[in-house]
Amino acid sequence: MSRILVGVKRVVDYAVKVRVNPEKTGVVTQGVKHSMNPFDEIAVEEAVKMKEKKLASEVIAVSIGPSQSQEVIRTALAMGADRGIHVEVSGKEYDLLQPIHVSKILAKLALEEKADLVILGKQAIDDDCNQTAQMTAAVLDWPQGTFCNKIEKTDAGLTITREIDGGLETIKTKVPAVLSADLRLNTPRYATLPNIMKAKKKPLKKVGASDLGVDTNPRIDIISVEDPPVRQAGAIVPDVDALVSKLKEGGHC
Amino acid sequence: MFKVIEKVAPSNKTKYLLRLYATAAPKTSSNPKREVKKPQENASFMANIFRGSLASTQVFPYPDVLTEEEKELTASLIDPFERFFREVNNAARNDENSQIDEETLNQLWELGAFSIQVPNDFGGLGLNNTQYGRLCQIVGANDLGLGITIGAHQSIGFKGILLYGTPEQKAKYLPQVSTEKVYAAFALTEPSAGSDAGSIKCRAVKSADGKHYILNGSKIWISNGGIADIMTVFAQTEMTDPNTGEKKDKVTAFIVERGFGGVTNGAPEKKMGIKASNTAEVYFEDVKIPIENVLGQEGEGFKVAMNILNNGRFGMGATLSGTMKHCIAKAVEHCNNRTQFGKKLKDYKGIQEKIAQMSLIQYATESMAFQISQNMDAGSQDYHLEAAISKIFASEAAWYVCDESIQILGGMGFMRETGLERVMRDLRIFRIFEGTNDILRLFVALTGIQYAGSHLKELQRAFKNPAANLGLIFKEASRRAASSVGIGGTDLSPFVAPQLTATAKDAAECIDMFGQTVESLLVKYGKNIINEQNVLNRLADAAIDIYSMVVTLSRSTRAVNEKLETAEHELELTKAWCYQANERCRTNLKHATSGGHVNFYKDLSKVAETVLENGGVKTTNIVG
Repeated sequence: MSRILVGVKRVVDYAVKVRVNPEKTGVVTQGVKHSMNPFDEIAVEEAVKMKEKKLASEVIAVSIGPSQSQEVIRTALAMGADRGIHVEVSGKEYDLLQPIHVSKILAKLALEEKADLVILGKQAIDDDCNQTAQMTAAVLDWPQGTFCNKIEKTDAGLTITREIDGGLETIKTKVPAVLSADLRLNTPRYATLPNIMKAKKKPLKKVGASDLGVDTNPRIDIISVEDPPVRQAGAIVPDVDALVSKLKEGGHC
Repeated sequence: MFKVIEKVAPSNKTKYLLRLYATAAPKTSSNPKREVKKPQENASFMANIFRGSLASTQVFPYPDVLTEEEKELTASLIDPFERFFREVNNAARNDENSQIDEETLNQLWELGAFSIQVPNDFGGLGLNNTQYGRLCQIVGANDLGLGITIGAHQSIGFKGILLYGTPEQKAKYLPQVSTEKVYAAFALTEPSAGSDAGSIKCRAVKSADGKHYILNGSKIWISNGGIADIMTVFAQTEMTDPNTGEKKDKVTAFIVERGFGGVTNGAPEKKMGIKASNTAEVYFEDVKIPIENVLGQEGEGFKVAMNILNNGRFGMGATLSGTMKHCIAKAVEHCNNRTQFGKKLKDYKGIQEKIAQMSLIQYATESMAFQISQNMDAGSQDYHLEAAISKIFASEAAWYVCDESIQILGGMGFMRETGLERVMRDLRIFRIFEGTNDILRLFVALTGIQYAGSHLKELQRAFKNPAANLGLIFKEASRRAASSVGIGGTDLSPFVAPQLTATAKDAAECIDMFGQTVESLLVKYGKNIINEQNVLNRLADAAIDIYSMVVTLSRSTRAVNEKLETAEHELELTKAWCYQANERCRTNLKHATSGGHVNFYKDLSKVAETVLENGGVKTTNIVG
């Protein structure tokens, strides 16, 4: 096995309280702290670990998005990835970019870069789609190992422990393959300052989606983005009888 | 009126005292030849207001030294730094254990936190003062004890090698202290030499073959003293004056390795705060130091020590501005959630005033710190007064803010669980170490006065040969005329946002009054001003208030010009801060000169003498 492609998405930081923008077309991103999607950090960590164990020769970090996406590529490089590819998609096109587009881009890059493994986060914490890894495997017609809890190299390929409802499932797969990282796969390292410095010198290539022959024109429109309804204030009732009569009033019993 | 000038000329004794007081000798030599030289031009804003003149370049506009790329880099470092404190470090545990555990230290080394300013070539991060300051804020907000461990290492421990090291010294030691997990320490203080650092007793004697120095003596309260393998040590050495052949003790700085042999240390001291950091006595017994380990020139050690301290002082302001942010956040969280008498705390005017005052003083501290760091990065050498002011200001501001946070949280604030009591204990030392605030106040007042005095002397000389110096005389005459007829010699309005015109006028008047006060003090006391510590302290406080006004005016103007989202808020902060600073400054200047206060100082001295004589309070107990 030689090359691993990792997808890294720039998302609003998990600690930020998201707000819907006044136009109701999305959430406020201006002046809001962004960072790498936490599941992607786990994917990067796994790839870097495989490189450290000499199971891989090169780790390539890919991010798709506006120019700021390069920040998360730099973070991946500081964590140990060898080089980065920034696929620039911006403006409305980016706002409406869907997993189907992303998976086509990743599939194209996987072939171009002769990757043997594509490791992605199981989902991004902004749109929570949980589709990209599966779709990428389909586009490539490669086997997939989703929600990875453990990845082991065997002579024949990989043994993967997956997180499923109520337990774990172990599967075997050949390579090339597409994997998606679940929460417990590893604990990602954080980029140290000296490594951030060194990452500045690592190569970062920029390409457009059209260069890859992928049509990213939006096919959907966002009609409206709304806050979840605010919970109504409760009331404290003095005793059980009052509670029962209140419930009856409300038609609950 | 120039008669008085004769009195002003600092005598050699004055200079000696100044040096002792200073803990930071500016670039004055004791060479008597200097008397006939032109006084050194000084770009320092603060130095110049002592002679009633405005040197605006270092304060207006607010400096902006980082390139876009540097700003981006700095921003990318913040997250991992914060993450370390969130996920790896545990300040409460460090305090409890009085040490930082091995694993945390290892990660701190890997993070690069021990060599932030060491050039890349030697394994460091190669950041400038401003970038360092930004990281210090994060440290200050999270763990001051750990901050001392990394600060004692790089801000003073090996700073001397960065500033004065030969290429060989740098190549040998900087990689060790950057990546090889070798701790550094700065060893100046001795049992009998605290603030009076010139009186140290450690002694290094040159060996007969001239290849070594043999060091003997001991140092106390050395941060990292128990863990450092490389130390910057100061000791007396016998120097011969090349002109007169006279032998004299002068301080020399050395790089001492524990491996030289004869270096031992005492047990870790038990302290009130910053417990995570190691503090210990260090003993030197016949330590053989190779001659090439002299740091800087032989006999120039005092200057080396003072410049290291001066150079690192700005970092304290940056650090503590972060601490204050943390304290304010704690208080705000409580105010927003706690209900008493049916209202949230945040809705009470009394609480609002506290939160506002805390925010004002945090803004002023941060504005100072990053103005100084950026001036230093721009290559200024004239930042010592400002750095001293920022150290005094920051350490007192942080104490106040932490204290008020605890007050707002009430009983909750007093509990260890809340984490503020640890911050309060940690903060106490900041008013004491690296030059006590008391000594630094005298340093600020006396250095400024000395600078003003040297300019008055120049004027006096100009009058001896008026024809040759007409320009100078006219300039001075018109400046004085302008300020004496009250049109105000100083005008800050061109430098500030239009919304701040009135505030800037108040500040400008303070600057004028300050210059006049210094002049009248020189007339009144002459060189004896050095003994008038009550007056000097008030003068220093007035200077501190002026600096705080100017930095906030400058920073909020920047916010307006750059159309920052926070501009409106910053204007409010500045106006409210300056309103108080202006009043306080005027009061202090009045108290520096008024007859009533002169008597009051005498009364204070009398009271103190009685109590001191008596060995304690001397009153008759009411109930016998």
